[in-house]
Amino acid sequence: MSMITPPSDPAPVEAIQEAEQVDPNALTAVEAAELGMTPAAKPRSMLRRGWEVFAENKLALVSLVGLVLIAGFCYIGPLFYHTNQVNTNLKDYLCRPGAQHLLGCNDVGYDQLGRLMVAGQTSLEVGLAAAIVAVLFGTLYGALAGFAGGSVDSFMMRIVDAGLSLPYIMVIIILSVVLQPSTVTMIFIIAVFYWLGVSRLVRGETLSLRTREYVQAVKVLGGGSRRAITRHILPNAVGVIIVQATFAVADSILILAGLGFLGYGVQPPASDWGSMLSNGLNYLQSSNYWWLIYPPGIAIILTCICFNFIGDALRDAFETRLQRR
Amino acid sequence: MTGFLIRRILQTILVLILVTLFTLLLVRVLPGGPIRALLGPRATPAQIAYYNRLYGFDQPIYVQYGKWVWQLLHGNFGYSVKLNQSVAGLIADKLPKTIILVALGLGVSLILGIPLGIYQAVKRYTPGDYVLTGISFLGYATPTFFVGLLLIEWFAIAIPLFPPFGPQGETVWQILSQPRALVLPVLTYAFIGYALWSRFMRSSVMDNLVQDYVRTARAKGASERRVLWGHIFRNSLISIVTLLGLSLPSLVAGTVFVEVVFNYPGMGLAFVTAAGNVDYQVLLGITVVTALATIVGNLLADIGYAVLDPRVRYN
Repeated sequence: MSMITPPSDPAPVEAIQEAEQVDPNALTAVEAAELGMTPAAKPRSMLRRGWEVFAENKLALVSLVGLVLIAGFCYIGPLFYHTNQVNTNLKDYLCRPGAQHLLGCNDVGYDQLGRLMVAGQTSLEVGLAAAIVAVLFGTLYGALAGFAGGSVDSFMMRIVDAGLSLPYIMVIIILSVVLQPSTVTMIFIIAVFYWLGVSRLVRGETLSLRTREYVQAVKVLGGGSRRAITRHILPNAVGVIIVQATFAVADSILILAGLGFLGYGVQPPASDWGSMLSNGLNYLQSSNYWWLIYPPGIAIILTCICFNFIGDALRDAFETRLQRR
Repeated sequence: MTGFLIRRILQTILVLILVTLFTLLLVRVLPGGPIRALLGPRATPAQIAYYNRLYGFDQPIYVQYGKWVWQLLHGNFGYSVKLNQSVAGLIADKLPKTIILVALGLGVSLILGIPLGIYQAVKRYTPGDYVLTGISFLGYATPTFFVGLLLIEWFAIAIPLFPPFGPQGETVWQILSQPRALVLPVLTYAFIGYALWSRFMRSSVMDNLVQDYVRTARAKGASERRVLWGHIFRNSLISIVTLLGLSLPSLVAGTVFVEVVFNYPGMGLAFVTAAGNVDYQVLLGITVVTALATIVGNLLADIGYAVLDPRVRYN
């Protein structure tokens, strides 16, 4: 469970050599027009190019299908597999997997398979929402700091440094103790920490982008800084941001699982995969209750692996953006 | 170098001020506040006001902050009513035990992660590389506590090789005298770190393989072994130092979960227990100490980086 994402593979040697030769097509149509150049051919959009590289990565495609299946399982599954996830049923206490309950029951008689679906909805929703909130805010903050530069940038970044030196897990626990646990507070608690790393990354990207010729050209041609940020810097940083968002979803799901394990997750009768796992632990020592532990654990791992693989592939697709194919 | 040091230390002082401020705000400004938490939901406003006054929580936040930092500077981290113990005493008791866990776990993960990462970079895109990459991705995607639980399930219950809990005891020596009980917690901790280091080492070595200095080294006739260990390894190690400093918060997060899973008597477990008791003084104290350790760790990593790589000092 780390807030540091796996480092990317460096671009292959050939790609680096290719990138060294500046390609006039590297400018987008708008930029070229602004510079008074007529583009030789209509350049493919960055997203389109990114998708082409992405689609070549079989692992990422498999992960994408996997995520669709997991989402389908959580959201469409309950339509076909009806279970009562609100009222407890002590008659079914820890019943073994069988015809009536495909994955058995937990210690208050909830059907495990049905619970896996409902809990998955919470985990996916909190993960996605926390990632989106954190990435949006972090991007805005980082882009502003990077573009402002000077002492404003310096101070804004010291705030981020300070936030990042706080032990995030401890602060998250304190927040969970103080705030009433609910889906919305969970999203807030996770996002309140995650934006810090994003803002540092986007700020770094902005710093390097603002010295590029085409951003300088906007200034020379009399464009304002808002135009430079919204039309030139952010679109070019979008790759980095999307990659970060993908990892953020996986990390958020893991943090939520950790909170669930410590007992600060969403409260019963609602559940998330971490809380399910935590619930199963009570029966670990007595063994043989595998259906309490493995299904939610594997669900968490599979979902996070899929997001991480997709993030890696996206990074390959976007971050070698100088590479023309 | 002196200029770099002064600049860096001034930055650190600003960060220290901000961190302590954030921590205090976290506990004071949120709805309810510490007294409400201590007295429970049925306390009357009058009771809350009385205790707020008694503990000085009714004063302006900057006064509270000043007093609190003044006490911190004198080594007074507060007093836990619930534990009937000073927070400084509690930390002095628990911190060494957590340090043992971190040192052993980090050591094992570095010893495994660095060589295997280099192996992966040299033999990239071979079956061996793919298998190890798979293991690292598993490390990224598995919650720490789940790793610990699986190890308990497999190696303590199914095959009873090790005890299903961490070493217990009052003193550091008692902890160290139970090596068998230390195995599973240390392995759990190491698994998470391993993913990070091996992945990082792999990409760092691959980055370096295409650098000019490697071509030069090869051109002057250095053996492949010498190029790898004498040139690339040393350069990659520099960035590991920075990463080590940056990953301190993650390392702390790891100890919290490992300690809870194995009931290991360290700071993480003390923190989670305090959270359960809503023991604000302990929560505040441990958070601040951990943040300080992180900041000092970052500073040392940066200075180490500047010593190892002179280019950093001039920007």
